[in-house]
Amino acid sequence: MTATKRRPLELVCPAGTPSALRTAIEAGADAVYCGFRDETNARNFPGLNFSREEMGAAVAYARSRGAKLLIAINTYARAGDPGPWRHAVDDAAALGAHAVILADLGLLDYAAKHHSNLRLHLSVQAAAASADAINFYVDTFGVKRAVLPRVLTIDEIAAVTRHARCETETFAFGGLCVMTEGRCSLSSYATGKSPNMNGVCSPASHVSYRNDDGTLVSRLGDFTIDRSAPDQPVGYPTLCKGRFKTAIGEGHLFEEPVSLDVRTLLPALAAAGVTAIKIEGRQRSRAYIKAVVSAFRRSVDALETAGPLPLDSLAPLTEGQNVTGGAYEKTWR
Amino acid sequence: MASAASQRIVRVPSAVARLLDPLPVAPLEIALRHLLAGILARHPALVDRIGADKPRRIAIAPTDVPFVIVLQTGNASIALKIERARSLPSVDATISGPLFALMGLVDGAFDGDALFFSRDLSIEGDMEAVLALRNAIDDADIDLLSEAAASMGRPAVPLALAGRRIATALARIMGESAADRREEAQ
Repeated sequence: MTATKRRPLELVCPAGTPSALRTAIEAGADAVYCGFRDETNARNFPGLNFSREEMGAAVAYARSRGAKLLIAINTYARAGDPGPWRHAVDDAAALGAHAVILADLGLLDYAAKHHSNLRLHLSVQAAAASADAINFYVDTFGVKRAVLPRVLTIDEIAAVTRHARCETETFAFGGLCVMTEGRCSLSSYATGKSPNMNGVCSPASHVSYRNDDGTLVSRLGDFTIDRSAPDQPVGYPTLCKGRFKTAIGEGHLFEEPVSLDVRTLLPALAAAGVTAIKIEGRQRSRAYIKAVVSAFRRSVDALETAGPLPLDSLAPLTEGQNVTGGAYEKTWR
Repeated sequence: MASAASQRIVRVPSAVARLLDPLPVAPLEIALRHLLAGILARHPALVDRIGADKPRRIAIAPTDVPFVIVLQTGNASIALKIERARSLPSVDATISGPLFALMGLVDGAFDGDALFFSRDLSIEGDMEAVLALRNAIDDADIDLLSEAAASMGRPAVPLALAGRRIATALARIMGESAADRREEAQ
């Protein structure tokens, strides 16, 4: 039996605005994911996202450039009020999206029943971290791809991918949730707004910064979550990357401000059988999109030609100006 | 944690800032209002994306020149006023950083989050207003040199081309020096 040649890794890139979408595709994205301008997607921040009209134009633009457009409808529907989420699925199907990225069981059921030709991807927000969990979504709703949570090692990714009856997609760069996605309540606890239901982790309405003689004091809701000296890089105002006072001292209890960058691990991810790699950052600018997507395009292309992996530094663009292989390597074990 | 490494940003020399200090703000205000009117005419979606239904005053405060731009959003429009840095009025939010970093945010040369991470940019006040403004401006895909040339008419086109060459050269020079600084910091 001859071995089948592996398909090149698909590069899935973020776009928070129509301009960012065009930038991502021009920089070499194979697919772009974005969301409607409401709480149905997990990046519901001021000034971001797409009106229905903009999304229609985005689908057409992506298609004209040979790229796929994926619409993230990946928050959980409000109890008793599934209307906005169902409408989002209906509109995504009508607009001709290549796929929708969903997490909510009820919404997956709705999409499978009412839009049988619509390709379904399972969002990282569903936190499906085992082949059994993924295969439940495949068998029940016909999911074609699962985005794996950022809690698995490369070996675990390989094992899950081997037994999953659909494609897998892994995060490759950007903001790093250290909690199980879709299950984290830290921000909800501090602000009353849920990342998983309202689409906002550390909502801007609850974030404040104060300058104390050069020391940056970051607050979320009623909590002071970090103090950064004038010469220290800073990160996002998220509780999981804040500094905590504990019995054993003061520091970053969960994770320092840091970003994921798996370019050195791309050969291993490809060997693990993943179909696609995903860049995080729908809340980021065109400058970020251009730099990161271009760098990953070069790395993925180099992987296919067996050339040396170009590893120009992306640290200046990252949270805390620092990068990590995260759970993929689990160097803390 | 390592020290923050500044991004590659040209800063206005303090001697130049001192020369600017006694100058009247009215001519600059007129020129910038004209520029803003042109930008809003050519990028009508910008106001909608800002969500300018709630009145807000946002100060754009360059740290290396003695003037502050105050943007007033609301009633589906954006108005502009220039204030002296030493007499800043009450505002809902302030975005501070080197002049060329702030300009780079407008024309897509810099990423706002990256400038914030590196401590080149500081933000205070109403974060919703700051995020909405930043995201709307980034989506508008504004080319400041082209907009400035358009606001000044045809004679300014050669100036805009020269300005672009200078900006490219400065970015290359600053990029090399910033890389050196980052290596030192690591």
